[in-house]
Amino acid sequence: MYNGKFIIAAALVVLVLFTSPFWLSKGGYKRPDLQLPANEKECVETVDFMRAEHMQMLNEWRDQALRSENRVYVALNGKKWEISLQNTCLKCHNNTEKFCDACHVSNSVYPYCWTCHIEPKGKGDK
Amino acid sequence: MNTDRRHFLKIAGISAFALSAGLAGRAAEAAVAPGKYEHGPNTLHAGRWGMVIDTRKFPSEADYLPLIKACHEAHNVPNQPGPHEIKWMWLAPYKEGFPDDENHYGPEKFKTGKFPLLCNHCENPPCVRVCPTKATYKMEDGIVAMDYHRCIGCRFCMAACPFGARSFNFIDPRIAMPSDKAPNPAYPTRMPGVVEKCTFCAERLAAGKLPACVEASGGKILFGDLNNPKSDVRKALAENFSIRRKPSLGTQPGVYYLV
Ligand code: HEC
Ligand code: HEC
Ligand code: HEC
Repeated sequence: MYNGKFIIAAALVVLVLFTSPFWLSKGGYKRPDLQLPANEKECVETVDFMRAEHMQMLNEWRDQALRSENRVYVALNGKKWEISLQNTCLKCHNNTEKFCDACHVSNSVYPYCWTCHIEPKGKGDK
Repeated sequence: MNTDRRHFLKIAGISAFALSAGLAGRAAEAAVAPGKYEHGPNTLHAGRWGMVIDTRKFPSEADYLPLIKACHEAHNVPNQPGPHEIKWMWLAPYKEGFPDDENHYGPEKFKTGKFPLLCNHCENPPCVRVCPTKATYKMEDGIVAMDYHRCIGCRFCMAACPFGARSFNFIDPRIAMPSDKAPNPAYPTRMPGVVEKCTFCAERLAAGKLPACVEASGGKILFGDLNNPKSDVRKALAENFSIRRKPSLGTQPGVYYLV
């Protein structure tokens, strides 16, 4: 191979740089400490569902409320909830910093909801 | 044209694929949440919501101010006068609001008075036609609604609206109204880069309440179903002479003025 030495060395350097996030990350993902609602036991749906699908569900809530005027959600267990991010989710999860944001930051997701939706106690202004 | 069997089958196959892509798209929209959605128990319904403002009962400009205050407080509309003004309901001279009227002579209040203006919730809303993202749309009950989440701030709707009913957030509304000072903590604010306007209080109707301005007017503004001949609004329109803004444009505004 023409200049084989250099090509292989360079390829190795690229390979190391490319995979560096794997070498440099320490300990892997640690589940953040979430502040769960003090006086409540259950979420709107099962906790597994909420963990995995809350973003899709919020999407659906928004479209149903704003486009079809369906502002009530009847959960699988028959309980009825007012469709509202501010007035339902955040009534229980009333510390967004230690709940929503804590989990999002450790997962590198940054939803922009709080630029409009008012967080409890008016947090969210810079 | 010389179409052989092979050519025909190719076209047929491609067409079938294209059609099935449409079906797949629809399947992808299926609900994620396991529960069901329904209207609130107290929701007010109408075939076509409309408003009748009895301007005869508002002798002076100042009489409209409490309505504007109620509206803007219910929706956290910031007070930022000047070129960045956000208005859901506002006052303007007759000539500005009703430029179709060519009469030289008329009642005194047409010359000196001001009239309350708001989104007309047109039957043929030009803003809806031009919106590229369906961020503004007409609902079943005739309300021309806004989905701020979809708004990309292109402002086509503002150019299309003949009534100047839409405002753009050039600056952060939370500068004038920090979220902890928002008069209605149950309602969101907006952010820079979205257009906003009156929504006929869709969120209040869903909770069984009349729009904020109607409630604050103490009966001087009527609100009801224009499709129902027995409704208050239809009765008021049958018994009184009414005008609308720029009717010649054919958008069929839903806000009537008794003068
Ligand atoms: C009635 C109070 C209540 C409401 C309303 C509520 N939650 Fe919850 N939520 C809880 C409780 C309690 C838990 C913890 C459940 C558990 O650990 O078993 C929880 C758990 C969650 C979790 C999983 C957290 C984890 O441990 O991983 C998410 C995500 C979540 N909620 C999002 C939402 C969203 C989004 C909404 C609005 C649609 C909402 N919640 C509305 C009470 C509520
Ligand atoms: C258990 C951790 C966890 C908690 C608690 C949590 N989220 Fe999330 N959220 C996530 C993850 C992970 C994603 C990204 C999922 C993805 O990208 O597929 C996400 C995504 C979202 C998104 C979509 C963001 C986007 O850019 O598409 C929204 C909106 C959202 N979360 C809202 C909330 C709200 C509101 C709360 C608090 C009531 C909350 N989440 C609590 C983990 C969490
Ligand atoms: C540009 C401002 C803005 C942003 C950003 C925004 N919202 Fe909204 N949202 C609103 C407004 C205004 C309403 C209308 C409230 C109404 O009519 O009741 C609303 C309504 C909703 C609703 C339905 C009813 C309600 O009152 O909650 C949901 C659900 C919702 N938003 C979720 C979200 C989520 C999740 C995010 C973040 C990904 C988000 N929104 C970001 C302005 C915003």
